[in-house]
Amino acid sequence: MPLLHAQSISAGYGDSRAISDVILTLQNGELLALVGANGAGKSTLLRVIAGAHRPTAGTVSFKDSDISRLTDFHRNKLGISLVPEGRRLFASMTVIENLIVGAGSGRAGAWNVESVVETLPMLKPLLKRNASRLSGGQQQAVSIGRALMSNPEVLLLDEVSLGLAPIIIDELYESLSVVRQSGLGIILVEQDLARTIAVADRIMCLLEGHVVLEGKSGDLTHDQITDAYFGHSIVSFSEPDLTTEEGVQA
Amino acid sequence: MPTLIAGSVRVDRYQRRALVTGLVAAAAFVALAAAPYLLDPAITSSWIKLFYLITLATMWNLLAGYAGMVSVGQQAYIGLGAYGLFVFNDMGFDPYSSALIASVAVGVIALPLSFIAFRLRGGYFAIGTWVIAEAVRQIIIRFDNLGAGRGRSISDYTADPVFRNMFTYWLALGILALALVVTFYLLRSRMGIALQSIRDNEVAARALGINVSRTKRIVFVIAAMGAALAGSVICIQAIGVASPNQIFSVSYSAFMIFMVLIGGIGTIEGPILGAVIYFVMDLYFSQLGLWYLVVLGLLAILVTLFLPKGIWGAIHERFNISLFPVGHRIVPIADKFLPGSSAQPTVKEKRPSGRFRR
Amino acid sequence: MIILNALVQGVLLGGLFAMAALGLSIAFGVLRVVNLAHGEIMTLGAYLAYLSLSSFGLNVWVSLLIVVPAMGVVGYWVQRLMLQRALRLSELAPLLVTFGLAIMIPNALVEVFTNDKKPLPTGDLAVQSITVVDGITIGVLPLLTLVVAIALIAGMQLFLARTKMGRYMRAAADDSDTLRLMGIDYRKVYAFAMALAFGIAALAGVFFGIRQGGVTPFDGQLTVLFAFEAVIIGGLGSLWGTLAGGIVLGIAHAIAGQISPDLPLLVGNLVFLAILVFRPTGIVRSKVAA
Repeated sequence: MPLLHAQSISAGYGDSRAISDVILTLQNGELLALVGANGAGKSTLLRVIAGAHRPTAGTVSFKDSDISRLTDFHRNKLGISLVPEGRRLFASMTVIENLIVGAGSGRAGAWNVESVVETLPMLKPLLKRNASRLSGGQQQAVSIGRALMSNPEVLLLDEVSLGLAPIIIDELYESLSVVRQSGLGIILVEQDLARTIAVADRIMCLLEGHVVLEGKSGDLTHDQITDAYFGHSIVSFSEPDLTTEEGVQA
Repeated sequence: MPTLIAGSVRVDRYQRRALVTGLVAAAAFVALAAAPYLLDPAITSSWIKLFYLITLATMWNLLAGYAGMVSVGQQAYIGLGAYGLFVFNDMGFDPYSSALIASVAVGVIALPLSFIAFRLRGGYFAIGTWVIAEAVRQIIIRFDNLGAGRGRSISDYTADPVFRNMFTYWLALGILALALVVTFYLLRSRMGIALQSIRDNEVAARALGINVSRTKRIVFVIAAMGAALAGSVICIQAIGVASPNQIFSVSYSAFMIFMVLIGGIGTIEGPILGAVIYFVMDLYFSQLGLWYLVVLGLLAILVTLFLPKGIWGAIHERFNISLFPVGHRIVPIADKFLPGSSAQPTVKEKRPSGRFRR
Repeated sequence: MIILNALVQGVLLGGLFAMAALGLSIAFGVLRVVNLAHGEIMTLGAYLAYLSLSSFGLNVWVSLLIVVPAMGVVGYWVQRLMLQRALRLSELAPLLVTFGLAIMIPNALVEVFTNDKKPLPTGDLAVQSITVVDGITIGVLPLLTLVVAIALIAGMQLFLARTKMGRYMRAAADDSDTLRLMGIDYRKVYAFAMALAFGIAALAGVFFGIRQGGVTPFDGQLTVLFAFEAVIIGGLGSLWGTLAGGIVLGIAHAIAGQISPDLPLLVGNLVFLAILVFRPTGIVRSKVAA
């Protein structure tokens, strides 16, 4: 049985539609990468899965039970943890306080402050520092660590590398590979296609709210993904309304 | 979405509906003006209260429902309107002119007060207005010639009760008409759109180049002047002020909020409906003593929680009608469609919504 | 010497204002709710104390053991049932709801208890005083009030810094949406904050009633303004700032009272308005915006 399954999700903001009829499956221990241009709907999809955004249609199930009606804090208690876009640390609190709050769900497991700091070593000297006085990369590390504190079975990562220097991103991805070893399922939203291919098991590409490409990372080429990303050729079941300079593509 | 080609649509301001409403309103106004000649003075004098209630409700709605400024301190200007009446009346002006002059004076006072009040936002702005009202009252009672803490009566007024009643009635009616006309034109103007955008998202409005402070200030001053006019009418009708605590009472704010919430905040029709409802309730409620304020407060809470758009708001949503149209809509111009397009361009309504966004 | 005495009295009075303001600070800090009915909560606390006295013969101080927790529970449920719903509707809805309460409560109290002042006797305590030097006396009750206020603020700071719920309250103040992602029901955190706010307000209301020689139904319309003024003068976002604000307000009242007994309220309001004009962020600069 899949760890997580989202069926026919449509969601938007007010009158505008962010995602339409999206289907997503995550298996145990799998790393699924979501790619797509800004506004393609990746964040919205993650938020729907986490329960932070109510979809207009579709269902989400976790380990075969329907969690569509559950609140975000309930889902966190079940084992779904979101690292939100923009890091969203608690600005008035220190790093260690942020981590402690992250364990609010009370779930038991291997993740605690010590193990998180071991996995994200850049945090070690920063524990007593106020969250608002961290660099972007440090904040991202805290945000990931905070999400781990709830001992999740599914980790949702939204735009981890946004605005960060490559060397920091390298460090974060190293930590991520350690996290993977604990066996949880990960959905990762990422802009850097090279990294994505390197680290993901499966890749899903969104364009204007529709899934336009999906497959094992080994089966897809860089060009295929790029084309899907920009909408040059569509390998999907839905027919979004697109025009390019050359005219409408079939 | 079907493509819109320039020249195939136009912006409609519901001119026809506005015209119809205007004509009906004018006719109603003329009929009401003739009422003192036709009806018993007891009836028309009770309507004076209805007129100033509608005025107060309309003004408060302008402040809170359109400009997003919840004030619980409008009683400051009601009181100033009443006491301003004494000041100018003592100088020799007849009560009715005094009311008009006093409202201008109050407008002048409200302007610097706005600079103070605008230092605060949201709930703190509300409390700030309450503090200002208290401070105004505390300053006024220091003046012996204004009656200090005891209240006083108008020194020079029309002696004949029938004429007095008629003039007061016409003043109240005139003020009401003025308030409604000003509100209507304000909201249909560019400033009206500016207000909407400020109410919905002040930061975005500022980013669009709207002079938020100036717009809010203008509304603040207009609302103050409207409240002052109402205060003058209250004073004239009672031939004075029973006590400063009464005319500066926060209960006036309670009434205004109640009327606007029940009627429908953010619409022109709502405050009118709310005032009528309150007026009717008031006729029967006075024997309940202060319990009726308890009931009012409870109703205001219930309406806020369960009927946030008020009665008119609910009607407007359900049946999509509005008497005083201030919105815009895009309307197709006949036979200018792009041939071969998939559908007729749909009329997309862009009504201003009376909701507050979270 | 008169000025000095006025200063001393002002500082002591400031303790009362700060205690009144503390609950407001908490409610706004965590929930961003401006509780216009805050003064009424204080008044209710005092009436509850009066009832404990008159119905059960309890001493005023003992009655606090009932009053504070009871009002705390009331605050918890008012938040969960009414204000929570209002918060979701719009930014202004909670304001309107609390204003509705601010109108309901005093008018209901007048009908039930009449406008007569209901006494809250504390024996000699109200008149006992310590003469520090010739011309400067410190009343025992005002001193006690100040001490309790300081203890409450210190306790609150500790609570926020060290306890789990305190941390959750600070997190909710920073970002309640993200707090939810951590598996915490922020509604319970809000309700707890409101319980604290109501409980402390009730305590302040009892102290206020004792100082005034009793409680009357419309006291709340006065005290709510004191509380807000103390918070704004002190600066939002800082509990110790609230103490500073209370003291500044207290001193303004005390000095004005020396000039004429009907001036304190007006001067207090004018000082508040002046601070708004010249230093709107308050005495203690803090990062929280109004």
